[in-house]
Amino acid sequence: MNPILRNASRTSVILFIFAIIGTAMMAYTFRQTRPIIEKSEQAEKLALIDQVLPKAFYDNDLLASHRELPADDLLGTRKSSGMWLATKNNTPSGIVLEAIAPEGYSGDISLLIGITAEGVITGVRVTKHKETPGLGDYIEFAKSRWVLQFNGKRLEENEPAQAAHWGEFRRSQNDKSRWRVKKDGGEFDSRAGATITPRAIVKAVRQALEYFHKHRDVLLKPIEASPV
Amino acid sequence: MIDKATLAKLAENGLWKQNPGVVQLLGLCPLLAISNNVVNALSLGLATIFVMAMSSLAVSSARNFVPHEIRIPVFILIIAALVTIIDLVFNAFAHPLYLVLGIFIPLITTNCIVLARADAYASKNHPLHSAIDGVLMGLGLTLVLVVLGGIREIAGQGTLLSGIDLALGPQAKGWIITVLPDYKGFLLAILPPGAFIGLGLLIAGRNWLDMRAQRRAHLQARQAATQANAA
Repeated sequence: MNPILRNASRTSVILFIFAIIGTAMMAYTFRQTRPIIEKSEQAEKLALIDQVLPKAFYDNDLLASHRELPADDLLGTRKSSGMWLATKNNTPSGIVLEAIAPEGYSGDISLLIGITAEGVITGVRVTKHKETPGLGDYIEFAKSRWVLQFNGKRLEENEPAQAAHWGEFRRSQNDKSRWRVKKDGGEFDSRAGATITPRAIVKAVRQALEYFHKHRDVLLKPIEASPV
Repeated sequence: MIDKATLAKLAENGLWKQNPGVVQLLGLCPLLAISNNVVNALSLGLATIFVMAMSSLAVSSARNFVPHEIRIPVFILIIAALVTIIDLVFNAFAHPLYLVLGIFIPLITTNCIVLARADAYASKNHPLHSAIDGVLMGLGLTLVLVVLGGIREIAGQGTLLSGIDLALGPQAKGWIITVLPDYKGFLLAILPPGAFIGLGLLIAGRNWLDMRAQRRAHLQARQAATQANAA
């Protein structure tokens, strides 16, 4: 064998050995840590869901009730998104929806929204966003209480019974104008200099509620009965 | 082991003479992205110190088995494997810490200062020396990060240590210092251009200090020479 070839094969064998050792170490660590990491990720997800839907609303295993919803304009989603169904004493009591506000200042804002079976918001949290740090990021619960304004809000305050047969319900002008930031004549606060961000979220939450009413019967159907 | 002179030299190089942030200008990608406030800067800095110490140690321990021609791919392999392992271990066993530092750890792989030290120092020196070099270089970078983060945070938001409650829990909320009350904010400082401008000022400041020290040394030497001549 000529010396160049011998040298090349020697170095490639050494590189190969290092690759094997590196891969083996990573694979071993991955296997050892995976169950622990999965557990804490589940706990994290549950903790987030707890923020939008209080524990008192359900007694089922919420994480097991996870379902995928097809992409929908009202949810702002371009691919399927998740939902969780809460039941209490085997009666549907509310849902947790993943939604997207696509009109943020810097693109999509991912939301987690809790809604009772009657269509009342129990909580909204921003799970992912790219809004300007120090300006538009007050939508994060960790930074300010802004998102708490949605708690207890619904689409039609005076006629909750309407929600049951939403098909005939016509959104009144009055109701639509309430679901805006104050600057646009609505009732949601926003901060000077950063109106685009809250405007996008208010609209997204309103549309998520519309989605909920439109598909209420399907959404609240227990998971066993749903044809999957 | 290590003697005092070597340690002092490593410290001088890492913290001032060869400072990765303002002299070598390595690791700019995370430096510019994360230095928008002190807490972020410090978190990334600590994660970098840790990774650099470990990677220098690993590279130095393996240095005698690595042929010169393929040292760069092997070092990259070692660093990438190490960062992945650290990431997983942090995630599993120090989850609260991971939530704070976690996003920074993969960023460190893209930090060329880690590879630069592996090639320039760890591949030629004793593992212990290399680990200390890694820590001190990381410390030098952290220093620049924190100063830059401080400048940008004060100029941009008028505060210091905002977000510390995210790192240390809500009881730390009282640590946030409002430097400029009723400050309207200066967006440029928080956005990426602010990082470039701030870093430029830091480099200029460091060069100015260096040149002043040089001039002074020069002047003293000249004075000494004239005195010697006169005598």
